[in-house]
Amino acid sequence: MATRTARRLNMHVQGWLLVLPAVVLLAAFTHVPVVETFIGSIFSTPQAGHPAHFIGIQRYGDMAADPIFWQALTNNLLYALITVPVSIGLALAMAIWVSGRIPGRALLRLAFFMPTILPMIAAANIWLFFYTPGYGLLDQVAHLFGFGSTNWLGDTSTALPSLMAVTIWKESGFFMIFFLAALQQVPPDLYEAARIENATRWQVFARITWPLVMPTTLFVAINALINAFRIVDQVIAMTGGGPNNATSLLLFYIYQVAFSFWDTGYAAALSTVLLIVLAVVALGQFFLLDRRIHYR
Amino acid sequence: MKRLTTAFLGAALATSVFAAPAWAATEISFYYPIAVGGPITKIVDGYVKKFEEENPDIVVKPVYTGSYQDSIVKAMTAARAGNAPDAAVLLSTDMFTLIDAGMIVPYDQIATSDADKAWLSSFYPAFMANSEANGHTWGVPFQRSTIVQYYNKEAFKKAGLDPDKAPSTWDELVADGKKLTVKDGSGNMTQWGLEIPSSGFPYWLFQALAIQNGADLANQNGTKVYFNDPKVVEAATFFKDLSAKYDIMPKGIIDWGTAPKDFFQGKTAIMWTTTGNLTNVRKNAPFEFGVAPMPAKVQGGSPTGGGNIYIFKTDNKDKQEAALKFARFLTSKERAADWGIATGYIATRADAWDTPAMAAYVKDFPAAAVARDQLKDAKAELSTHDNQRVTKALDDALQAILTSDEKAQAALDKAQQQATAILRRYQE
Repeated sequence: MATRTARRLNMHVQGWLLVLPAVVLLAAFTHVPVVETFIGSIFSTPQAGHPAHFIGIQRYGDMAADPIFWQALTNNLLYALITVPVSIGLALAMAIWVSGRIPGRALLRLAFFMPTILPMIAAANIWLFFYTPGYGLLDQVAHLFGFGSTNWLGDTSTALPSLMAVTIWKESGFFMIFFLAALQQVPPDLYEAARIENATRWQVFARITWPLVMPTTLFVAINALINAFRIVDQVIAMTGGGPNNATSLLLFYIYQVAFSFWDTGYAAALSTVLLIVLAVVALGQFFLLDRRIHYR
Repeated sequence: MKRLTTAFLGAALATSVFAAPAWAATEISFYYPIAVGGPITKIVDGYVKKFEEENPDIVVKPVYTGSYQDSIVKAMTAARAGNAPDAAVLLSTDMFTLIDAGMIVPYDQIATSDADKAWLSSFYPAFMANSEANGHTWGVPFQRSTIVQYYNKEAFKKAGLDPDKAPSTWDELVADGKKLTVKDGSGNMTQWGLEIPSSGFPYWLFQALAIQNGADLANQNGTKVYFNDPKVVEAATFFKDLSAKYDIMPKGIIDWGTAPKDFFQGKTAIMWTTTGNLTNVRKNAPFEFGVAPMPAKVQGGSPTGGGNIYIFKTDNKDKQEAALKFARFLTSKERAADWGIATGYIATRADAWDTPAMAAYVKDFPAAAVARDQLKDAKAELSTHDNQRVTKALDDALQAILTSDEKAQAALDKAQQQATAILRRYQE
């Protein structure tokens, strides 16, 4: 009896020891900072001669009254709502195209994947040239067709969509790889059966391909959604959040509050909100959507 | 045995040779805002080397910290971690941020000898305006600039204007701008009259308009702003009218980086930008260009801009002493002249312009002196407590005015309200 308890205990100790490195890393670089961020958000920002003191949830009230926070949040939601479905649609379309037997398939795949290889800052600079009013690529093309110049990044109504285009361009190639892998997994006999039944292309897609790549779609959607809330580099490189906060996204605003305004306490409160948003997205994946997806 | 002795001797000798600087020298770190590599780093490295030759007991470790924004982040983060730089070049407008964080020492407390005092009073007063607050001197000017007009003389000739006379009043600016704005057959603009960049920090160029209209944006102690003063509102309305009413400037936000390119490409005949661009324009403009002071409404003038040298707090008096020595070295008249010639920044003291090198340079390139001559009309750049937050309120208002139908009065009222709320706690 005693030996069995000892053995079980031994097994537990062994198990914990095995996960210890991962636990330590996760705790040190994820969990402890999360807790510290929250604590930072309920204390005042220390300044020379004024050490931090407890202020409770006052900051969250300030946040509710901060128009730039609401604008950043709305921008971010729009960003997610538009870039995620569009890049998934494009990725799937490209994957279906390049999974067929067509000449130059490898080259085509490479071409689609290329934007993913570029660092974001490099890509942002290329697009800065595209968007330059007057002689940027887009305006040069527009001139050919007799249109005038557009100040893509300098107008509040076009700046955010212009940034979205960069994200879609960059991400769909990456997601295409996942869909390509998923398409290889679809059993060919289903397609043969469909051919025998004389199904239309649309029916094949709607009844076979789409349901069977659903797990991949979900995985990609969650990743794209999380990415949409983590975007900061192209905002810094292309617009600096302007004009008039039209392209300010949550993470960029946090950066600005923390390292331009040096209001680390408020930045901590904003980070806490961002974390909650991301946690809700992740929970959505685990508890709601997971059960509705067709797995074989 | 003999061999062993030799070895010992050799080792001892080597130690004394190589270790000597390590224990005798005071090592100071110096943050400088530029990306690593490139021609500017070489100049700074050269200054450091020369300084170390003159002061063998001091070792300077230059740290190249990227953009101004990156540099203040790095300096403040390092200081909070107890590892502050000893000296740093940061924006002159970062002064209140650094004071409020309690990170810098005022020069008047450490530079106390007569020679030191003479040195502190050798700079142009327009530059010192951004160094002084609450009765102390917190920074010394190093790489400073003002805004000037660059104009394309060929475009002026083509439009039938005198190529040696840039617009000197707002009315002339509008009149010349209309002549310089050219459309092609289908009504598309091929050349604009004027570009005033408005991305990132539009407040700086806007401040030039405000000054010309006789307005101040803030008080000297950085505790009050006057964003919705009628003169400021009028200046903002004019800024908007340049594109909306007179149609001589592109609509929307004009990017800082794009404006010089537009100028080189002949897409704009006049651009307003920093004198720091002088060397760039001289190298890249494929046509004859002119540099002119800002036009006047009720007066001429421009805000100053650019970076000051700050000395950070430390308990080590030797380091502070060495940092002060280095700051004095970098701002001596010879260095100020050399730096101005190499970069296009304005040499920060009058006697630098009398050095033979500078005199020769100005003779060959008279445009270099335009910014200096404009200094008599220059004012302090907008700088307040919680500076970046306050200027952002103004930046947002200006961009709203430029890109939407929002009226200048309404937008600036809002900015004034935000800035007043931010500054309330500094008005004891």
